[in-house]
Amino acid sequence: MKNKFILFALIGFLSFCFVIFYKGLDNIKIYKPKINNKKDIPVFRAKDFNSNIYIDSEKIFEKGNFYLVNIWSSWCVPCRDEHPFLMKLKEHQSVRLIGLNYRDKLNNAKNFINEFGNPYTKILIDSDGTLSVEFGAYGVPETFIINKDKKIIKKFIGPINEKIVEEIKLIIK
Amino acid sequence: MLANQIGYYSLLLGLLSSFLLCIVSAKDFNSSNNKINQNILSLSFLQLMLVVVSFLSLIISFVNSDFSNETVFNNSHTTKPLFYKISGTWGNHEGSLLLWLMVLTLFIFLFLIKSREQPKKYRILTLLFQQIIIIGFFLFVLMTSNPFNYLFPVPNEGLGLNPILQDPALAIHPPILYLGYVGTSVIFSSALAAVVLNYISKDWGQHIKKWVLVSWIFLTVGIMLGSIWAYYELGWGGFWFWDPVENISLMPWLSLTALLHCITVLEKRNMFTSWVVILSISTFTLSMCGTFLVRSGILNSIHTFANDPARGVFILIFLFVLISLSLIIFFIFQKKNYKDLQLFWLSRETSVLINNWFMMYFLSVVLIGTVYPIFLDVISSEKISVGPPFYQKLITPFLIVFLLLMSFVPRLKWIKSKIDNKNSLIIIFIISVMLSLLIIKNLKVDLLFNTILVSAAFFLFFTTLKELFDKKLNIAQTLSHFGFSLLVLSILFNSILSSETITNIKIGERYNYSNGEIFLKRIEKKKESNFESIIAYFEIKDRNSKTIELKPEIRIYNQPKTITSEADIKTSILNDKFLVMSHVKGNEYFNIRYQVKPFMIWIWTSVLLISFGGLMSLFKKKNEK
Amino acid sequence: MKIFKIILIVFFSLGFYQLKSDEKTAAIEIKILKNIRCLICQGQSVHDSESEFAFSIKQIVKKKISEGLKEKQIYDFLKDKYGEWIVYDPGFNKNTYILWLLPLLLFFLAGAIMIKKLIFKK
Repeated sequence: MKNKFILFALIGFLSFCFVIFYKGLDNIKIYKPKINNKKDIPVFRAKDFNSNIYIDSEKIFEKGNFYLVNIWSSWCVPCRDEHPFLMKLKEHQSVRLIGLNYRDKLNNAKNFINEFGNPYTKILIDSDGTLSVEFGAYGVPETFIINKDKKIIKKFIGPINEKIVEEIKLIIK
Repeated sequence: MLANQIGYYSLLLGLLSSFLLCIVSAKDFNSSNNKINQNILSLSFLQLMLVVVSFLSLIISFVNSDFSNETVFNNSHTTKPLFYKISGTWGNHEGSLLLWLMVLTLFIFLFLIKSREQPKKYRILTLLFQQIIIIGFFLFVLMTSNPFNYLFPVPNEGLGLNPILQDPALAIHPPILYLGYVGTSVIFSSALAAVVLNYISKDWGQHIKKWVLVSWIFLTVGIMLGSIWAYYELGWGGFWFWDPVENISLMPWLSLTALLHCITVLEKRNMFTSWVVILSISTFTLSMCGTFLVRSGILNSIHTFANDPARGVFILIFLFVLISLSLIIFFIFQKKNYKDLQLFWLSRETSVLINNWFMMYFLSVVLIGTVYPIFLDVISSEKISVGPPFYQKLITPFLIVFLLLMSFVPRLKWIKSKIDNKNSLIIIFIISVMLSLLIIKNLKVDLLFNTILVSAAFFLFFTTLKELFDKKLNIAQTLSHFGFSLLVLSILFNSILSSETITNIKIGERYNYSNGEIFLKRIEKKKESNFESIIAYFEIKDRNSKTIELKPEIRIYNQPKTITSEADIKTSILNDKFLVMSHVKGNEYFNIRYQVKPFMIWIWTSVLLISFGGLMSLFKKKNEK
Repeated sequence: MKIFKIILIVFFSLGFYQLKSDEKTAAIEIKILKNIRCLICQGQSVHDSESEFAFSIKQIVKKKISEGLKEKQIYDFLKDKYGEWIVYDPGFNKNTYILWLLPLLLFFLAGAIMIKKLIFKK
């Protein structure tokens, strides 16, 4: 009797493991950080792309404005793909685009901007990649939306496309 | 083309012979004849030959770079050296499964030949259980991972083998590991057969111990080879990362080691019968779980295989059926025997129990650490990583106690015993503590914990060393235990004393690091058939002004286009000097990582000592007969 | 015997009072980097990885250490940005109670069963 009970308990446990593993098979194995809603903007100091002067983050982001922070680099191929969409977003008055030039050579980056146009109202230099870590990014390109209360409310990993542009337009309305 | 066809059809025939074998042996099972039907042996041999032919034809396809075969196309390339064309056969999922299958059929055939003195019914039943596993693998290969898929139109060139797999250690690592894994399948089948026939006894223990030893030796060496490969090929100078795939090979090893100790009690005293069966089942199950976890891609690991969820589902169901089946058989047929349960605190039996107790604990740590993230993710979709710190924290404190016990408990005799030579033990203990205290104090890492750990390891080291000279005890066992203490010591000192320097350097530059000077003399470019390499000539002068030359390489493989860093390692008795470099993007600098890793050679040597102990025990058995 | 004990006690008391944990910043930095998992090549630690991301993390860890942050604060900073996953050493919290305690529980349970079944049931 006792043996039977143990047997059933074991088989039950086994079935439980089976279900877990079966479900686990469908899960995505590559980890992506969750998008935690409403995070504060990190506090930092960064060099300005054009003037080469250090600016504090408080001076960059003002209350009552939507911001889009875009991490880009001249050596990153998907950044070229998303560039036209950024140019499109530039035309929207309700959002300001901030560029974060990630681990790039200044000359290459300048050539990139000259060739494809400048969608950003301000570009910051992130030569060692630490600035983008402060934002919680782990690759290029990545895009963050900051709301009027200076909170990060959305994050897009990878290049921006038609669909994402529509999504952003909805947010900033 | 032809080889492809032959391979496929002989695989099909192999499956057919499995069914035939089942029918013939089922018929023979109840016949009055005392000897096993000769047809069974012939059929088993035929099955082996069919799988061998199939495997050979896959090798031929690889050697000929026959890209009409999908597996060859995916994993080979015409410019690859012949050696890696051949080893590429089992460097991929399909081919490695075929190898599994071949070893499975080989082992059951060997079992049939080697078990002639055993009862007929037991042999047949073992064969039947083994055939269930074999059929499962045949179906798995044919349904989800056929190595002989046909490609049309025939491509001109293959995709190539991942360069980090093009390596001599990795060419022999899988076959040896599989010999270990598959050996456990024979233990599993025969344990089940013995349970059904109520044959778990001294005789059975004696007979199965050989299989346990053989599997254990192969598994030990196989794990070591994998570790050596990771050490010099992955380029970080580590040899064990507590990566899921490594853990998976460790789990059956722990279970098998427990079984190895336990089986001696069964053999000598006819005790722990149920426990032996449970261990036999769990060892094989863990080997299979390993296959499942690796091949289904459910784990996130550095050693990745091409993933296909269908394969995962198949192994999962197969595994579920096997475990349930063995559990049911175990609970229905296992007879309780209370007669021999007299145990004294100080006895050989208790010492084995204690060993098993700790082995099971280590196993549970590794098992839970490996699968817990999967469970957590499915149940609460929280994602966590379980890495080296977890295992170190849970294992090391227990390892200390384990080492201390291991130093004197194996001396105990059967049934009832006492600890003799208490004084010499105490002296050795004090010497160990003093020695470790002296050593640790002179290092920069003065930590109480290190001292205790090192003392415990030294204690085992000296006691086993003394016993080796006394020659009173079982030498094979003492040798393995001595090897284990040496392993722990080398790993400890390796982790405490390792030093490394990372810097960027360009040609002609000298870099002063805390312990000397690194000088990059020149670089040289070379072209091989399947890669181009940049060889850098470094001169490293350490404080004692001894200069050594190291030549790390960067290789740019053509197919698949991959860049690898080949470390250059100078091995000496005391330490390994390990230098690896990579290109810094966009300029003339090289990023180098120079490491001095003490006692590396001792880590490998001690593992060899451990397995050599097993080998001695195996041959001692033969001589006794 | 007694002499041994005395020697032992004296030795220990002499030896251990000097044992302090005195880790250098470089060692701490390597320890931290080895404990952070790389998001790009997900089987490796940041210390072993050569990806762009790993480079950035190395920079930021260096920066944070020079700013005087403690090991745990750096982990918390990174966990806040990338989630619990980033650290190889799972903390002891409601998600990991089972992970940490189950092996220990099994160890003591097995010990209890062993004693009950084999020693006292003669």
